[in-house]
Amino acid sequence: MAAMIVLSGLTKRFGPLTAVDGVSFSVDRGEVLGFLGPNGSGKTTTMRMITGYLPPSAGSVVVCGHDVAAEPLAAQRLIGYLPEGAPLYGDMRTGAFLNFIAGARGMSGADKARRVGSIVERVEIGSVLHQPIDTLSKGFKRRVGLAQALLHDPEILILDEPTDGLDPNQKHQVRNLIRDMGHDKAIIISTHILEEMDAVCTRAAVIAKGRMVFDGTPNELEQRSAFHNSVSIRVKSELAPKLSADIGNVAGVARVEAGETVDGVTTILAIPADGRSIVRDVSERVGESGFAVEGLHAERGRLDEVFRQLTASQ
Amino acid sequence: MRSTLAIFRRELASYFSTPLAYVFIVIFLASSGAFTFYLGKIFERGQADLQSFFVYHPWLYLFLIPAVAMRLWAEERKAGTIELLMTLPISTTEAVLGKFLAAWVFIAIAVVLTFPIWLTVNYLGDPDNGVILAGYVGSLIMAGAYLALGACVSALTKNQVIAFIVAVVVCFLFLTSGMEIVLAFFRNWAPAFVVDAIAAMSFLTHFSSITKGVIDLKDVIFFGSVIGVALYINVAFIEIKKGA
Ligand SMILES: Nc1ncnc2c1ncn2[C@@H]1O[C@H](COP(=O)(O)OP(=O)(O)OP(=O)(O)O)[C@@H](O)[C@H]1O
Ligand SMILES: [Mg+2]
Repeated sequence: MAAMIVLSGLTKRFGPLTAVDGVSFSVDRGEVLGFLGPNGSGKTTTMRMITGYLPPSAGSVVVCGHDVAAEPLAAQRLIGYLPEGAPLYGDMRTGAFLNFIAGARGMSGADKARRVGSIVERVEIGSVLHQPIDTLSKGFKRRVGLAQALLHDPEILILDEPTDGLDPNQKHQVRNLIRDMGHDKAIIISTHILEEMDAVCTRAAVIAKGRMVFDGTPNELEQRSAFHNSVSIRVKSELAPKLSADIGNVAGVARVEAGETVDGVTTILAIPADGRSIVRDVSERVGESGFAVEGLHAERGRLDEVFRQLTASQ
Repeated sequence: MRSTLAIFRRELASYFSTPLAYVFIVIFLASSGAFTFYLGKIFERGQADLQSFFVYHPWLYLFLIPAVAMRLWAEERKAGTIELLMTLPISTTEAVLGKFLAAWVFIAIAVVLTFPIWLTVNYLGDPDNGVILAGYVGSLIMAGAYLALGACVSALTKNQVIAFIVAVVVCFLFLTSGMEIVLAFFRNWAPAFVVDAIAAMSFLTHFSSITKGVIDLKDVIFFGSVIGVALYINVAFIEIKKGA
């Protein structure tokens, strides 16, 4: 079976500006795709084309076999969408708003009441059900936006910065929600929070200036980091130079960097030659050297650094 | 159908969720009363009918209906909710219809609330209530035409003030196109059939027989066509704007 979301050569031009330039990827059931990219790189524009809000200038989006341009309604029935900034009808009360969305999606009667009730519980907005949306806090607005997107239990979820404006507890909860749903849906989320990748995504796509620059697992993204598998060691400052020299001689270590010093403890970083694992050799050498270290751990890689490297070169 | 109904209900409720609706209704009732009793001299005419009430409707609607129509789409654009609306499984036509019908019903409520004027003439004399009913029906159909033009303009901007002003201008053109002063301007250079066509677009001309209680099919078809064409263009505007 073909993937649930298939983008091929998707392009959007606004006058002379090519906001999205030949983007192709596909997302299968059970996948959560994290869509990364700097401001203005075309994430929102891509999502708007997937959901049928903007027609593409070239290329196509196929959702469960429905071409979005040719059969927008069939595609939209399968999609739950949280637009950027979670726009809502501010003059409505939360409950009335969700009932409106349910009605517009063709639900009625007991089915409608049941679905609205269950989503209210799921995103915990029961306390603001009778409050006008305009008077809700930013985080609650975002949750109402999420509720609206999840109301019909869609096969496909497109969420544009779903955790923006949420407090840490809510972020955690929304990520859990997304991860749980990820098993039987195809989900695309855009985010600027790199840890979110690790936390919820099974796949990462990086876009810069409208072009795809990376498509792989978050793990593969981390491996692109020069710091992947590097080992950081915290040791008393006076011992740092000597230990650095020692570790520099370990096979597989390309170089050793001295990092910051806090309260007389210096962090030194051993960077491997070609991304291979050096933690065992390094810790052995530390043991042999007889120095007392305050801490030692292997780094998985620095996403922010990979992100900069991938998107700045464009 | 069900989604049109959902939009209809939301829109109608949203008129009443702000004080604006009540302000509008009060202004509508006050000004139609003022027009009828002072300008129309309904008592002095000494006739038990509502002709002097209906005759001012085209002028009343000129400002009041663009005020109802301006928010229809401009507000959605401004708030960004149009993205929400257009990504629901609802066709543009259904959305346009739902919004139009809600605004039309809102105006109908305001118009029906003028019934004390009707009670007054029935108390004072013995009017032909069939004629009055025809007047109400005709007036509402004309209101629909104003509204459709206003909705169409509102689809083009996110600024409600601009939507209001442009809608007033467009409605004014339709209103006055039958007046000699306008036609004289065209007579100088345009061929006769163009002048006739412009004259035929006049809301005033088509409404004049309705105020006398004669609902001519021709006039109903005219206003119906204006509604149909304007809403069709409304749909097209939304679709075209989507691409940009
Ligand atoms: N309607 C429009 N008309 C003209 N240009 C537009 C329009 N919409 C978006 N753009 C441009 O397209 C580019 C991509 O914008 P987009 O909103 O998709 O970026 P993004 O990746 O979502 O950014 P962010 O991380 O800031 O949300 C930007 O340069 C933006 O200015
Ligand atoms: Mg964006």
